[in-house]
Amino acid sequence: MDFLRDPYTFVANRFQEFLTGLGLAPEWVLFISFLTGAFILATSAMLLVTMLIWIERKIVARVQDRFGPNRVGPWGIFQSFADLIKIFTKEMITPTGSDWLPYNLAPVLAVSAVLTVWAVLPFTVTFYGVNLSVGVLFVIALGAVGEMGIILAGWGSNNKYALLAAFRAIAQLISYGVPLAITMLIPVMFSGSMALNDIVLAQDVWYIFLAPLVALIFFVTNLAEIGRAPFDLVEAESELVSGFNVEYSGLKFGMFYVAEFLHALTVSLIFATLFLGGWRGPGAVEYPVLGIVYYTLKTSLVYFLIILLRASLPRFRIDQMMAINWKLLIPLSLSLLMLTALVYRLVFTQPHIVRVLVLLAVNGIVFGVLNLILARVEKRNSRRPLVAEPRPVARAESISSNTPVE
Amino acid sequence: MTPLQIVFLLVAAITLFSAVMVVSIRGMMHAALFLVLTLMGVAFMFATLGSRFFAIIQILVYIGSIAILIIFAVMLTRNIMDAEVASLNRGWWFFAPLALLIFASIVLVLSSWSAFATLRDLSSTSGENILEFGKALTDPNGFVIPFEVASVLLVAAMVGAVYIAMERRGGRG
Amino acid sequence: MLNDWSYVAIFTVISMFLPAAAIAIASFLAPKKPNPIKNSIYECGVETVGATWVQFKVQYYIYTLVFLLFDVEIIFLYPWAVAYNQLPLFAVVEVIIFILILLGGLLYAWRKGALEWV
Repeated sequence: MDFLRDPYTFVANRFQEFLTGLGLAPEWVLFISFLTGAFILATSAMLLVTMLIWIERKIVARVQDRFGPNRVGPWGIFQSFADLIKIFTKEMITPTGSDWLPYNLAPVLAVSAVLTVWAVLPFTVTFYGVNLSVGVLFVIALGAVGEMGIILAGWGSNNKYALLAAFRAIAQLISYGVPLAITMLIPVMFSGSMALNDIVLAQDVWYIFLAPLVALIFFVTNLAEIGRAPFDLVEAESELVSGFNVEYSGLKFGMFYVAEFLHALTVSLIFATLFLGGWRGPGAVEYPVLGIVYYTLKTSLVYFLIILLRASLPRFRIDQMMAINWKLLIPLSLSLLMLTALVYRLVFTQPHIVRVLVLLAVNGIVFGVLNLILARVEKRNSRRPLVAEPRPVARAESISSNTPVE
Repeated sequence: MTPLQIVFLLVAAITLFSAVMVVSIRGMMHAALFLVLTLMGVAFMFATLGSRFFAIIQILVYIGSIAILIIFAVMLTRNIMDAEVASLNRGWWFFAPLALLIFASIVLVLSSWSAFATLRDLSSTSGENILEFGKALTDPNGFVIPFEVASVLLVAAMVGAVYIAMERRGGRG
Repeated sequence: MLNDWSYVAIFTVISMFLPAAAIAIASFLAPKKPNPIKNSIYECGVETVGATWVQFKVQYYIYTLVFLLFDVEIIFLYPWAVAYNQLPLFAVVEVIIFILILLGGLLYAWRKGALEWV
């Protein structure tokens, strides 16, 4: 019964008892259990990616009225495993003149920057790697490590396209890092802690109800951070051939692919943690095993939304992407931060329902004002109506006079 | 030696090595990448000292923005991978002993200072307290003036940088 | 206390080990038949002209600089956000002033055209 209620603690305790029974010193017991736990968690995250690729291909195919993978296994479920076996036997070409260490370090760094986030994610009330007291900042800091991976890839490849794409990617990632960090302040502010499990524990009301616009900005920012459509300028096939990873092949390219998919899942997990109450749900504290069910459901919802947006939206132009960030998201998120901080301070002692209603009203007003401003900007920058211009017709007189014939 | 000490010595050696490489290596981009490694090592030092907040800030600000700023600055210059330029100037034989002398005298002065030789017991205070830090930042009797001045300083830096960069491009925006 | 960090350190090492091990295994399994044409740099079928490591425009630098300043600002706000629930209204007003000053800086950069991607 104890096992069914909380399998993680049960197994962890048995394992530690077993190690102590072997006569090991306490610090070695701790070290080995840390090592085992981290290894299992990281490996399962990596293996999950094969499933993610299958899910994504299937959903995108359905959106585009195709079948998607359907040959290997039932519903093509083993397609990713077949691809996995294949990619291990592909040749890894190293381009001439590449910088050896940066070139080979980049794919490793790209994956590890995403994977390490899993160390601080709370999966149930008892099942988390570590409840780091600076968890939120840790997540942002790992983004910086991922950026270094991209720089190394672009630099090490000895390719102009790769370098250009890497620097565009960095410009995109650091720009969207600003609203990301601002919006992550809001859950920290409400809960009074930067540790992710504490933020979940403090969410008696899901923070998406207290700050819906902030959650929306956080979601959009994360779309840009993972480099998915509509923000996939990083791998704009038509302009930059394939982005910073153009010179990579075989499993080294595969690692960038793994990093991208894992990043998409990881930001869904973080969104669910910060704004959708993480593992919280009826009975999740008494029966921690339920927590992982709720967490999976919430994460799947966010992940599904990300895939759906990827399948349906066209790509932004780079100047549009920068303008959205610097001229819309940053001023908006800073204004929302100030308003939320002020208003929430005033309704601090009220019951939950009053706080939610007041903050929803504030968000509604901000949204209305924003719409008015955007409508005015739109009117000022209104484009000419899309009609055909009169064109020169290929007649003898129009060629000689070089003027269009009406 | 405890495992922590071994790890500390290892990381310290890597940090010092990459710091030396930053100033001695020829390619400017490689120097910048070694700088990142050095900053990583410093972040690790903060972490082992039990200062989580500053370890994270070291990564976030120094690697996440300043190192990237430096790399962009390197990309703005010409001759990024030029091996012709010597990274040591001609007077190094004179200044290297001088630097060693200054280093030795600093070590000498510090070793005679009793507060430096005795380790303070930090085990009772569990690392730093971010809560107290946050309160002190906005406390009228605390650091509210430096806090507000910091924002003015940041704006001054932004205005200055934008002004210089936009003037270079020829013409006001 | 240190346990937190040792877990993070172990996890970081493992998260770097896993992809590195996968690449190492693949390099055993994969064929290795390099030739000069295959190893050449991708460039529309012709040789790369000039040095790869080209000069970049100043726009990247300005964005990074503005980002750096915002980054430092937000770092200042995190300790405040942790203490938010226990602070008086006065402290909230102070932070609003802090943010408004920085918004002024953003406005300046905006009016100067530093935020245009040209």
